[in-house]
Amino acid sequence: MAWNETLPDMVTPILHISVLLLAPPLLMGVINKTKAWAAGRRGPPLLQLYYDLFRLFRKDTVLSRTTTWVFRAGPVVGVTAVLLAGLLAPFGAFDAPLSFDGDLVLFAYLMGLARFFTAAAALDTGSAFEGMGAAREVSFASLAEVALFVAFVVLVRLSGSLSLTPMLHAPMTGAFHGLPAAALLLVGVALFVVLLAENARIPVDDPNTHLELTMIHEVMVLDHSGPLFGLVLYGASVKLLLFSSLLLHFALPFSFGAPLLDWALFGVGLLAVAIAVGVVESVMARLRLRHVPSLLIAASVLCAFGFFFTLA
Amino acid sequence: MRTRAETESRSIAIQASVTQTIWLDLSVAALVLTAASGVPGLALGRRSNAAQGLASLLVIAGALLGELAAIAVLGGAAIETRTLPGPLSELSLHLRLDPLAAFFLVPVYLLSVAGTLYGTRYWKQTEHPENGRALRLWYGVLVAALAAVVLAADGFAFLMAWEVMALAAFFLVTIEDDRAEVRQAGWVYLVATHAGTLALFALFALLWAVNGSLEFRPMASGAGTQGATSALFLLALVGFGFKAGIVPLHFWLPAAHANAPSHVSALMSGLLLKMGIYGLLRFFTLLPAPPPGVGMLMIAIGTFSAMYGVVFALGQHDLKRLLAYHSIENIGIIVMGMGLALVGVSAQQPAWVALGLAGCLLHVWNHSFFKGLLFLAAGSVIHGAGTREIDRLGGLGKPMSRTAALFAIGAVAICGLPPLNGFVSELLIYVGLFRAGADGASRQWSAAPLAAPLLAMVGALAVACFVKAYGTVFLGPHRSEGAARAHEVPRSMLVAMILLALPCVTIGVFPVLAMPALDRVVHAWVGAESQPPLLGHLIPWTPIMGMNAALVAGVLAVSLILGRRFRRRVPVQTGTWDCGYVQPTAAMSYSASSFAQLLVDLYGWLLRPRAGHAIRTELFPSRQHFHTRVPEQVTEFVLAPLWVSFRRALAPFRALQHGRVQLYLMYVLLTLCILVVLSFPIDEAFVRFLGWWGNGGVHGVE
Repeated sequence: MAWNETLPDMVTPILHISVLLLAPPLLMGVINKTKAWAAGRRGPPLLQLYYDLFRLFRKDTVLSRTTTWVFRAGPVVGVTAVLLAGLLAPFGAFDAPLSFDGDLVLFAYLMGLARFFTAAAALDTGSAFEGMGAAREVSFASLAEVALFVAFVVLVRLSGSLSLTPMLHAPMTGAFHGLPAAALLLVGVALFVVLLAENARIPVDDPNTHLELTMIHEVMVLDHSGPLFGLVLYGASVKLLLFSSLLLHFALPFSFGAPLLDWALFGVGLLAVAIAVGVVESVMARLRLRHVPSLLIAASVLCAFGFFFTLA
Repeated sequence: MRTRAETESRSIAIQASVTQTIWLDLSVAALVLTAASGVPGLALGRRSNAAQGLASLLVIAGALLGELAAIAVLGGAAIETRTLPGPLSELSLHLRLDPLAAFFLVPVYLLSVAGTLYGTRYWKQTEHPENGRALRLWYGVLVAALAAVVLAADGFAFLMAWEVMALAAFFLVTIEDDRAEVRQAGWVYLVATHAGTLALFALFALLWAVNGSLEFRPMASGAGTQGATSALFLLALVGFGFKAGIVPLHFWLPAAHANAPSHVSALMSGLLLKMGIYGLLRFFTLLPAPPPGVGMLMIAIGTFSAMYGVVFALGQHDLKRLLAYHSIENIGIIVMGMGLALVGVSAQQPAWVALGLAGCLLHVWNHSFFKGLLFLAAGSVIHGAGTREIDRLGGLGKPMSRTAALFAIGAVAICGLPPLNGFVSELLIYVGLFRAGADGASRQWSAAPLAAPLLAMVGALAVACFVKAYGTVFLGPHRSEGAARAHEVPRSMLVAMILLALPCVTIGVFPVLAMPALDRVVHAWVGAESQPPLLGHLIPWTPIMGMNAALVAGVLAVSLILGRRFRRRVPVQTGTWDCGYVQPTAAMSYSASSFAQLLVDLYGWLLRPRAGHAIRTELFPSRQHFHTRVPEQVTEFVLAPLWVSFRRALAPFRALQHGRVQLYLMYVLLTLCILVVLSFPIDEAFVRFLGWWGNGGVHGVE
C-alpha cells in the first residue's frame, strides 16, 4: 500500500476505536517518564500503567461494609460513559465514528454522568476524605464546564456547525486570520487549562501527593481496589486522551491529506501533549485549593474574549 | 316573551350539534369526577379508610378519561370548543381543548394519579383523622382546577379556575396548621399568589379594553399601541411569574413546597408552577408579535433564575427545601427555552422557535415527572426515617433500597444527564442556543448563545447538589437513630414513584416518542401561516438513541463481567479505609454542609450564609452547637424590612379594624354612598347648573 493511498471506509473508525481503547495508558507513561527525566530520575517504564492494569484485573477486591451498588457503579459507569464520549471526539484530521448536530452536548454530559457516579461512589464509603475529594471534584468541574462550553460557542460561531467533527476541523482549513485566529489561540490556551483541571493534574491537583487532605481525584477512589480500581485508572487515562485530542485541533491544525501521515501526526501530537503536561508538572507547584477557582474562571474569561473576537 | 336565557341555551344547543366535542366532554367529565373525589369522604367517618380508596378511584377514573382526551388531541384530533352560559350574558364561559392545553393536561393527570396512590398510605385517614378528609377534598379540587385553568378559553373562566386553584393549594399547604412554620408558609403563599392574581386581573382588563372581548383570541395586528403591548407583557410576566416562581417572585415557593405534605409538594412543584408557564405561553399566542427584546430578556431572566435556584439549593439542609429550590432552577431552564422561542419569532428563524419551544415544553413534562418523583421519594424518606434534615440521614440505601434506586433515577434525570429525560429537553435548548450562534447573521441576537455555558454551569452545579443530596441521604453511615431504624415504604407508595420514573426513562431512552406531540404543539403555537421545521429534522435522534442503547448495554456488560468475577472470587468485606483511626464514627463522615461548603463559599456574595459560631474559651469546653443557614434573600432582606415599614406607616388605620361586624357593614354602606356620589355625572351637572344659572341670570337681568 502506497503511503498516500486513502484508506477504505471502515478502516478509520476501526483505527479510531483501537486508538481509543489501547493508547490511553501510554500517555500516563509518557507523563511520568517526562517528570522523571526532568527530576533526573530514570522513572517507571513507559508501559507501567499497562502492567498495573493487568495486575489489578487479576487481583482480589476489598469492599467496605458501608457500600452499596453505587460504589461498584462508579467505575463501571465512569469507564463506559467516557469510552462512549470517545466515539464523538474526532482524532486528528479524521472524522469521529459518530458525528451529528448536538453531539458536543452529549460529549460534555457523558463526562458529567461519569462524574456523578464517581462522586456518588466516593460518598458511598462514608469516608470524610473521599467526601472531601468528591466535593472538590464536582465544585471545580462546575467552573471547568463553563470554560468548555464558551469554547464550544466560539467554535460554533467560527465554523457554523453544531457537531464536534466539523467544528474542530474548522481550524484546519486555514481560513481564519486576524481576530478569529486569535480567538482560536485563546480557546486553545483555555482548553489546556480545562485539560489539566478535568484530569486532576498540577496545578489543580497533584496525582503524586501523599497527603489525602490535599488530593482531589486520587482521594475519591481510595477505597476502590482490584478490577474496580483498574477501571478507575483506565477511565482516567481515556479521559486524558480525549481532552488531548480536543486540544490538538488547536495546537496542530494541520493535515497532510495522507491518512498514514495524519495518523502519525496525531500520535506525535498526543505524545507532545503528554510531554507538555509532564513539563508543567515538573516546573510548577500545585495551587492552593482556594486559588483553583480563579484559574478556571480565567480560562472561561479567555474563551469569552475569544467569543467577542468572533463578533468583530 | 322568550327570555334571553332561552335564546342563549338554544344557540348553545345549535353550536353543540354543529361541532363534535367528544374529547372536550370527556375532559369536563374528568374535571367533575376529580373535583368530586373528596366529597363522599365528608359523609364517612373520621376513622374509616374506606373513603380514601373511593377518592383515589374517582381521581384515577377521572384522570384516565382526561388523559385519553389529552392524548387524542395531541395525536391529531381536531381542536374542540364549547360555550357555557355564564352568570351574565356578556360573560359566557368558553372552554377549548387545543394541543397546548392537551400538552399540559398530560402531566396534570399522571401526577395526580401518582399523588393520590401515594397519599393512601402516606396520609392514611386513620393516621390523620383530623385532616385526612380535608386533604382529599382539596386535592380533588386542585386537580380539577388545574385542568380547568388549561381548558379555559376566556379571561373570566381562566381567572375563576386560577383562583380556585390558588385557594385549593393554600388549603393543602396549610393542612397541618397546628405547626407555626406551616401557617407562616401558607400566609406568604397566599399573599404572593394574590399579588400575582391582581396583576392578572389588570392584564385581562387591559386585554378586554384592547380586544373588546374577554375571549382568548389573537389580537388584531393593528390593535393596541406599543405601550399597551408592553404593559400587557409586563403584567403577564409579573402575574404568571409569581405562580411560576421566577426570581425574584419566587420567595413564597421554598417554604410552601417544603411544608406541604409530600404528595402535595409533588403536585405544587410539578404542576402548579407550570400553570405560570402555561399562562405565559397562552398569552403569547394572543399577541400579534412579541415586543422586540422580550426574547432576550426572557433568556436573561431564565438564566438568572436557573443559577439562583441551583446555588441556593446547594446551601439547603432540608431535603424538601433543596428540591423546592431546584424547581426554581428548572423553571429558569424552561423560561430560557421560551425566551429562545420568542427570539426566534423576532428574528424570523423558525428553527430557533421550534427548538426553544420544544425544549421549554418538554422540560415542563420532564420536570413534572422527575420532580414529582423526587418529592415522593423525599416523602418516603420522611416516612421511613422520620426527618427531612439531610445531615441527620445517611445510609438509607440499604434499608430503603427501592426508594434509593428511584431517587437515583430522579437525580440523574434532573441533572440533565443521559440517558434520562432531562438530557433530551436540555439538548433541545442547547442546540437552539448554539444555532442562534451559528446561523445568527445579525449581531442583535449574538449574545443568546452565551446562555449555553451558563446552562452548562447550572447543570454541573445540579450534579454537585444531587451528589450531595443522594450521597448524604442514601449512602454512607447512619447519622441518627431515625436513619438507623429506617424501613422501606409500602408497595402502593413505590408504585406511585415507579409511575413517575417510567416516563423519565422512556422519554430519555426513546426521545422520538415525545417528538410528534411536541411538533403538534409547536405548530399550533406559531400559528397556521408559518411552517416550523420538524424536530426530527433538527436533531438526529437515531444516533442519540444508539448512544443511549450503547450506554445501557455497556454498563450492563461491564457489570455482568464484574459480577461473574465477584461470584468466582468473592470480595473481602471490611470497614472503610480510615487513615488509621481506630474508631471511626458517623459524626466523622462528610456531611452535606461540608460537601457544599466550597461552592457555598464561592457563591457567598449571593448566598450570604449565616453561621452560628461555637466559641471555645475554657480548657475543657462543654457541649457546643454550630449551625449554618442560607436565608431566603428576597424575604429576609427585601420583603421583611419593607413589610415592617409598611406596617409602621399604616398603623393609624389599624383602628378601623376592630372586629365589630355592624361597623363593618356601615363601612360597606359608606363606600356605596361614596361610589354613588362619584358615579353621579358631576361635570354634566355642573354644566347644566351653569346653564341654568346663566339663564336665570339673564332672566334676572331682564
